[in-house]
Amino acid sequence: MSCLRFVFPLLLAAPLFAQEGHGVTPADIERGGQVYMTNCAACHGPDGDTVPNVNLASNRFRHAATDQELIGIIQKGIPGTPMPPGNYTDAQAGVIVAYLHSMATATKTVRSSANPGDAARGKAIVEGSGQCRTCHRIGEEGSFAGPDLSDIGRSRRAADLERSLTDPDAEIRQDNRTVRAVRGDGSKVGGLLLNQDTYSLQLIDAAGKLVSLDKSKLREFEIMKTSPMPSYKGKLSDQELADVVSYLASLKGGSR
Amino acid sequence: MIPRTATLALLLAAALPAQVSFDRILHADREPQNWLTYSGALDGQRYSKLTQITPANAKNLELKWVLQTRTPAEPNSKYEATSLVVDGVMYTVQPPNMVVALDAASGRIFWTHAYTPSPAARLCCGRVNHGLAILGNTLFMGTIDGNLIALDARDGHQIWSTVLGKPEAGYSVTLAPLVVKNMVIAGPAGGEYGISGFLAAYAAETGKEVWRFNTVPKPGEPGHETWPGDSWMHGSGSIWNTGTYDPDLNVIYWGVGNPGPDWNGEVREGDNLYTSSVIALDADTGNLKWYYQFTPHDEFDFDSTQVPVLADITWQGSPRKVMLFANRNGFFYVLDRVTGKFLLGKPFVKVTWATGIDADGKPIRVGHSTPEGMLVYPNNQGGTNWYNPAYSPRTGLFYIPSWMDTSSINYERREPYKEGNQFNSGVATHDVAALVPARNNKRLPEAGWGAIQAVDPHTGGVKWQFKMTDVTDSGVLATASDVVFAGGREGYFYALDAKTGAVLWKSMVGGQVSAGPVTYAVDGKQYVSSPAGNAVFTFGLRE
Repeated sequence: MSCLRFVFPLLLAAPLFAQEGHGVTPADIERGGQVYMTNCAACHGPDGDTVPNVNLASNRFRHAATDQELIGIIQKGIPGTPMPPGNYTDAQAGVIVAYLHSMATATKTVRSSANPGDAARGKAIVEGSGQCRTCHRIGEEGSFAGPDLSDIGRSRRAADLERSLTDPDAEIRQDNRTVRAVRGDGSKVGGLLLNQDTYSLQLIDAAGKLVSLDKSKLREFEIMKTSPMPSYKGKLSDQELADVVSYLASLKGGSR
Repeated sequence: MIPRTATLALLLAAALPAQVSFDRILHADREPQNWLTYSGALDGQRYSKLTQITPANAKNLELKWVLQTRTPAEPNSKYEATSLVVDGVMYTVQPPNMVVALDAASGRIFWTHAYTPSPAARLCCGRVNHGLAILGNTLFMGTIDGNLIALDARDGHQIWSTVLGKPEAGYSVTLAPLVVKNMVIAGPAGGEYGISGFLAAYAAETGKEVWRFNTVPKPGEPGHETWPGDSWMHGSGSIWNTGTYDPDLNVIYWGVGNPGPDWNGEVREGDNLYTSSVIALDADTGNLKWYYQFTPHDEFDFDSTQVPVLADITWQGSPRKVMLFANRNGFFYVLDRVTGKFLLGKPFVKVTWATGIDADGKPIRVGHSTPEGMLVYPNNQGGTNWYNPAYSPRTGLFYIPSWMDTSSINYERREPYKEGNQFNSGVATHDVAALVPARNNKRLPEAGWGAIQAVDPHTGGVKWQFKMTDVTDSGVLATASDVVFAGGREGYFYALDAKTGAVLWKSMVGGQVSAGPVTYAVDGKQYVSSPAGNAVFTFGLRE
């Protein structure tokens, strides 16, 4: 079943997150990043600069002057070069283009660790002293309080993972927001925000319970702008950090 | 006992729909049981004189019927059509171009006409249609592959078809046409494809062009001097929403779309007339009477495609024929519609691209799109957009579906024009999806939210505001019993108190409301109806 789990998001989710008109949202870019990391990074590298004389993060493309032409290259390849055709819809190719543009404008605040790290040692830290599964799930193990890391290596670069470990507040993705609320009787409830509208909030708590709250019956609620995750800066050595990053980058969703 | 032949004649008379003369459309307020034109009447007010549904009994509204689309919706193909209702028959357009005639009381289908658009059709923002126009026994529809077609309202067969532009070059027709006299007024969308925009009148009987006004003036036409070099050739000025008509002045008013390319203004230095403007044209000749440009040299995609709402109000003590215009650029305007004179301009949402409007009606600009990106409030979708406002002469309030506190970062790039490709020369990034909401809303409140706002035209001040967590692409409908109907992206459809904004009733319809609601009556019973998601939902009072 491991394959199906990832085929579906690519086939179904991409059109839903399609680049809309002439604007893009963070969701488009995230989806484009996932497709890029899965299908493009093997040759172009996570930063888009491993093919000689090609820098996808430069916003300059030798064979394409417009986004439409970029989409054409992603779909048809470049004859006479190793760039192969790809079986993408316009919408899927569109979100890859959105991601490529975001690579050019993103501020690169951290660099990938020069140390490749040892994934096996990293796994031991994640499952042991790091206590990561207190909040995160990997495969069937762990909690629902934080983002599921089972396939984190498919969507995040090593540099992104390292930054999340040392500076959790630097970037909180839309899917990883937490919400805290106080009910009318004073009891507290919180978890990962799943959805909201004018009258209600939907969340999943640490135990994996799906909770829907009527806003009018809450004393207060807040979508958190900071991460509840502790920083591992100074808590892990540079080597341990590299090991953990190496392990997380290896998680591609095959564990269930 | 009635003779058999007489019975037959009576039955036939009942079965045959009365012709919709232009006189009926001119005086649509005399038959509020019908919805004869896009905005309900030619003044664009989307105000109904029906009063059966009131603030007191709106809580008793219940679902009467649902019309589902026959085919699954395509991505981005929202149901944006305003329905027409003529003597108990509803005409609607399922996206992209499937016309359905149905019993407005029961939802049962009489006929369906599935127009098959060319596969060459390309649209920036979804394969959509805003609805139909009717005259006599003929319906008129724009098609996403650039045509205007006429259909027989009795059986749906096609009568004529006229080309407005070729789809390979990005021309499409998504608006609901407007019937004026014996003409059908329409123009092409395609503002993101570098088209040459125009508004034209076509003979209702034949589809033959009567007149054409170029929204991007060609060499020798006034306004051409606002385009350097050959930049006018791909200057867009698309037409993609419905205008209004003042019969006393014999003037047609229409909002014009953005200039092309959208974000890089360096290649088209100048005001770029008549993009992001409202134009006032002589109805018989198409000659320009006046124009007002809301966003000169637009670099933020602020199409002025909104419905120009016509109202006769007392302005500073004197009766005045005005136009009320809530613009995508975030300002609410009052113009004198006889002369085009600027009377008032005030932001109705957070605006940062301009600090205000000077005494002459020109925006006081701050910055422009850059390669590094410029943060702009409101976002690329604007403070409002094509979704229609409403005006109630009873409350004197103008109701705007508003996007509050939204922003974009606008990036300018250099792109050559290539026929059929999008010609944007840049991109906007924003937290709020432009067209179709994500299934789950996990945004922070400061990323923006939606509201129905009631604005006092005399001051531009907000009298009340109904807040929604997500934004809204829904049109607004006002009635003479002081009820306002509207929806939002969250899938709620609301009845609000027109005087206070209080929620009188709501229904979760499970899909975004991105069309204009209408109200009508059959056999003395009032209905309110709106598409949402992939279906049309129609409500009436519990009996």
